[in-house]
Amino acid sequence: MSDVEFLMWVRGPGLVMAFAIFVFGLILRLIEVYSLGHKPDLAPAREVTPGSPWRTMFTRSAPADGLLKKAPVLYIGGYIFHLGLFITFFLFIPHIEFLRNAIGIGWPGLPTPVVDFVAVITLLTLVLTLTVRIADPVKRFLSNADDYVGWTLTFLPVLTGWMAYHHFMLPYTWMLAIHIFTVMLLLIALPFGKLGHFFTLFISRWYNGNNFARKGVAS
Amino acid sequence: MKDDSVLAYLKARGISRRGFLKFCAATTSMMALPPTMTAAVAQALATAQRPSVIWLSFQECTGCTESLTRSHSPSIERLIFDAISLDYHHTLMAASGEAAERARHEAMEKFHGRYLLLVDGSVPVKDGGVYSTIAGMTNLEMLKETAAGAAAIINIGTCAAYGGIPEARPNPTGAVPVSAIVKDKPIINVPGCPPIPVAITGVVAHYLTFGTVPELDSRQRPTAFYGDTIHDRCYRRPFYDRGLFAESFDDEGARKGWCLFKLGCRGPTTHNACATTKWNQGTSFPIQSGHGCIGCSEPHFWDTGSFYKAISVPTGPFAPAATAAAAAGAVAGGAMMLRNRHAKEKAVEAKQPVSPDDLEK
Repeated sequence: MSDVEFLMWVRGPGLVMAFAIFVFGLILRLIEVYSLGHKPDLAPAREVTPGSPWRTMFTRSAPADGLLKKAPVLYIGGYIFHLGLFITFFLFIPHIEFLRNAIGIGWPGLPTPVVDFVAVITLLTLVLTLTVRIADPVKRFLSNADDYVGWTLTFLPVLTGWMAYHHFMLPYTWMLAIHIFTVMLLLIALPFGKLGHFFTLFISRWYNGNNFARKGVAS
Repeated sequence: MKDDSVLAYLKARGISRRGFLKFCAATTSMMALPPTMTAAVAQALATAQRPSVIWLSFQECTGCTESLTRSHSPSIERLIFDAISLDYHHTLMAASGEAAERARHEAMEKFHGRYLLLVDGSVPVKDGGVYSTIAGMTNLEMLKETAAGAAAIINIGTCAAYGGIPEARPNPTGAVPVSAIVKDKPIINVPGCPPIPVAITGVVAHYLTFGTVPELDSRQRPTAFYGDTIHDRCYRRPFYDRGLFAESFDDEGARKGWCLFKLGCRGPTTHNACATTKWNQGTSFPIQSGHGCIGCSEPHFWDTGSFYKAISVPTGPFAPAATAAAAAGAVAGGAMMLRNRHAKEKAVEAKQPVSPDDLEK
């Protein structure tokens, strides 16, 4: 398969297939999680605290007292690479063009050198968080294959995208095709492992916030 | 004795020594050779005997020949091209029919192992190659016969190099590039639809000067002309970097000359020298004229989706597959729900009461 044929496959049937698996997994997991249900709460709800579930969705993003000092790399690094992923994916103009073609809406982007810089910071931060994960015996003990696969599938699209832009190692056509291919892999894996937190995170926070509010522990 | 050298030929056509040296310097520079080589190039070109060239045209539109010969005013590139002994070119030669074929055979015999074979057009191989014949001979037979005694083959244009438009889906004639048939000769690809004239003459000049093929990339293209992408050398590149794009062909961005990436420009994936050598004696090139590059010098360029959509965007369609996947996901989710409920019920059934005394045991 030549570079052009590979690129046409990943832009076309490959991406459609990956997206279909992503949608399949997303619906499957949502129904599965939702249908687990919970025991009926027989106690009457405490005083209503309006907006508690919504607030919890965001307040839980702030580190609990003392934890920032205890795990600075985890928190600061976590913020940086999540923000970096958001910027590189949603504010790089060719990506916006990609999404505009896929979903029909677009928005203004950032100048390429800014996204380039953010991509480098994101990559470095991802490497740093992985290093800490491996170096720290507790974190290493708590990690399993899911964590490392998730890390790799997050790292590769940023790396290959950055390499494609800079024409590193391979000609642009090859690297662009490989970049889209790594995105395909990420799409396929997203709903099934720990990476699924991209959509379960806010649902579970809302759920927790709502539960706590019923019990009078408003966030 | 008649001086049959290239320089003598050019002198007879009014090319001054200064003009000739200027061409040699430009050729040396474009072939990415050190400037000190200019004298060697001039010396070699001046004394080179006019080489025999056979030009075969197969499934093509004659655009490649037009590109080389129909320049607005006679260029030195064209004259260099004229200076070769073009023994067979069925569009340009005066002879026709059997006389033309005789000329080809005579050149093949007389210069066996030394003539250059230039090919434009792809070769149809389906159904025995009947879809294109010359003098009752299929292109396939003619190529095999003529390539046998050639010193090297230069594929002029995308059709000969990669199959081009005849090879585009559904490829009704089974068109293939020359390299799919000839495996035992040095092959130089000069792709483009058409190729830049100076890329053609540059390769010929290199061969005349050094008697070898120039440095080629993995697609057998001379790196001097195809080493960079159009995007790398595009004068609109700074706008790409700054995130300034034309959104349509008549908006403010288009008028200000912003990057045409969003309008489908294939510059990032296209290797060619259009952005540096330009066309019509350096006048302009498609992007400068306001239209994106269509990637005509790359393989399968006709089958890479709309020319008016960016090269990185999905070609879809997503909706039917996503709808089916969502339905399948709902069914699978329902199945998982039943399975989980069943497991839960089983667990409840299997539950055995434990008393504090049991725990003490």
